[in-house]
Amino acid sequence: MTTTVAPAPVASKPGRNGKPRTANLFKMLPLTPAIGLMLVFLAGPILYCIYAAFTNMALTGTGAANVTFVGLDNFRKAFGSGAFSNAIWLTLVFTLVSAIIGQNTLGLGLALLMRKSTKVVRNFVGTAVIGAWVLPEVVAAYLLSAFFNEEGTLNVMLHAVGLPGQDWLYAAPIIAVSLANIWRGTAFSMLVYSAALSEVPKEIEESAEMDGAGGWRRLVFVTLPMISRAIMTNLMLITLQTLSVFGLIYAMTRGGPGTKSQTLPLYMYEQAFSFSQIGYGTAIALVMLAIGAVFSLIYLRGLNSEAA
Amino acid sequence: MIARDRISKLASNLVLLAIGILFVLPLLWVLFASINRTAGLRVEFPTDPTLGNFKAVLNTDTTYRPVLNGIVLCGGAALLTMVCAVLAAYPLSRFKSRFNRPFLLTVLFCTGLPITAVMVPVYGLFVQLNLVDTLGGTIMFMATSSLPFAIWLTKTFMDGVPISLEEAAWVDGASNMRALKSIVLPLMWPGIAVVLIFTFIGMWGNFFVPFMLLLSPERLPASVSIFTFFGQYGEPNYGQLAAYSLIYTTPVLLLYLLLSRKLGGAFALGGAIKG
Repeated sequence: MTTTVAPAPVASKPGRNGKPRTANLFKMLPLTPAIGLMLVFLAGPILYCIYAAFTNMALTGTGAANVTFVGLDNFRKAFGSGAFSNAIWLTLVFTLVSAIIGQNTLGLGLALLMRKSTKVVRNFVGTAVIGAWVLPEVVAAYLLSAFFNEEGTLNVMLHAVGLPGQDWLYAAPIIAVSLANIWRGTAFSMLVYSAALSEVPKEIEESAEMDGAGGWRRLVFVTLPMISRAIMTNLMLITLQTLSVFGLIYAMTRGGPGTKSQTLPLYMYEQAFSFSQIGYGTAIALVMLAIGAVFSLIYLRGLNSEAA
Repeated sequence: MIARDRISKLASNLVLLAIGILFVLPLLWVLFASINRTAGLRVEFPTDPTLGNFKAVLNTDTTYRPVLNGIVLCGGAALLTMVCAVLAAYPLSRFKSRFNRPFLLTVLFCTGLPITAVMVPVYGLFVQLNLVDTLGGTIMFMATSSLPFAIWLTKTFMDGVPISLEEAAWVDGASNMRALKSIVLPLMWPGIAVVLIFTFIGMWGNFFVPFMLLLSPERLPASVSIFTFFGQYGEPNYGQLAAYSLIYTTPVLLLYLLLSRKLGGAFALGGAIKG
């Protein structure tokens, strides 16, 4: 089942755009290694996924001996299952809290504040935030497990100001992993926004200030519209990265306690490998791919209309 | 006016400092625990600092082999990604074709696909192709998964190299590949290094892909073998775990330092992404 029906339409006629060097098939030849790899290891698995999602494929039991088509059974099972809707809900919370609100806002805030700060502070904060980002996923997970632990740094700080502590990974696992993902991922947004803000001409903001626009008004009506393209790109990339976070959550909570932090990737993993239900697991994978594809298309459209 | 500016600058500095400290706090645990004989999850300054934890993990099974595996796996995959990305970026950047736009949109679309979701079918595919638990297969998959992003970035950097120099070379009879090798690449090596290093850093930290595709302990890279500290034997030795985490993190920290000292740092990446 490794049929790779070539979907990529290879240009057969040389296009002309007034340039002296127009493309022909031969010139496009250097693309073949990339296309080959992506067909086999990306398009192939996706097609395989579409096939397996409609079967009862399994690692053990009847589904292992003879694979049969079961139509929409896997999807019916998923949408009727409480564990699946729990996973969808948790994934939404995780993505909204950690990416769209957390990383995005904090990253933008950091980039804005850095423009007004002294060099020493800027370097210190930049290093700290990027340090958290460069750390390997699993190491970050251990650091934050320790941080949120009953005896961890967070509780020490809370006790110091007279607040009660608790084991955050048990009390509020999805919030804890969301905060962990903010800690780990904010650097990306910060970098994208720093780069975008550095290209906003100072004169425009200054003239808005002359016209009497205060800090917030200037930000909302002048600065943000000028970096809207960067905001779009950044939102797309971090949403999609967050949708597929696995290692961080797996190493911190394994989806638990119970299923209280079991987002879609962890649910999919559990069904496919712990419970050996490959067919059902790929059906969930297909749902995730569809969600990712929808997001990707929405943002691509956004980029296109911006460019036009 | 001036006074107000100073107040707002002071406020910015203070807020930034507070955020910076929040980001640093979780890091303290790993630093303290790694030199603490009796480390737990509590952050405590070790009263009797020791290098014992490092000595305990510096052996073939725990550290050397997993780190070496990681270097082979991630280094191989990052190089493969880079070669394919440069080759693909060249025609996309240099020649106008009706094929470019749909291809680039497809590439951009692929950067959005959740790789995690593909892992179950990829595992299925690897079983069919007999590639499970092979370094070669894992390298090829890891390279593919970072390829869309790498192509996108490389093309952005390559667009910054003026085409006029190549046109002169073409007139002199140089082939495209020759022009790429002797004119374009030398002019864009900082961009190449940025993409290569970020690809490597991403792979070095990646846990899920090698966790799924490799099985034998002697092939596991550092990102997966770290899990063995939480073995069947209950409470892990947190001091050793912390020491190992530091060793495992060192290569990417060094690479990042190299990047920020020599190549304008991650800001070059931000600049290329923001489109």
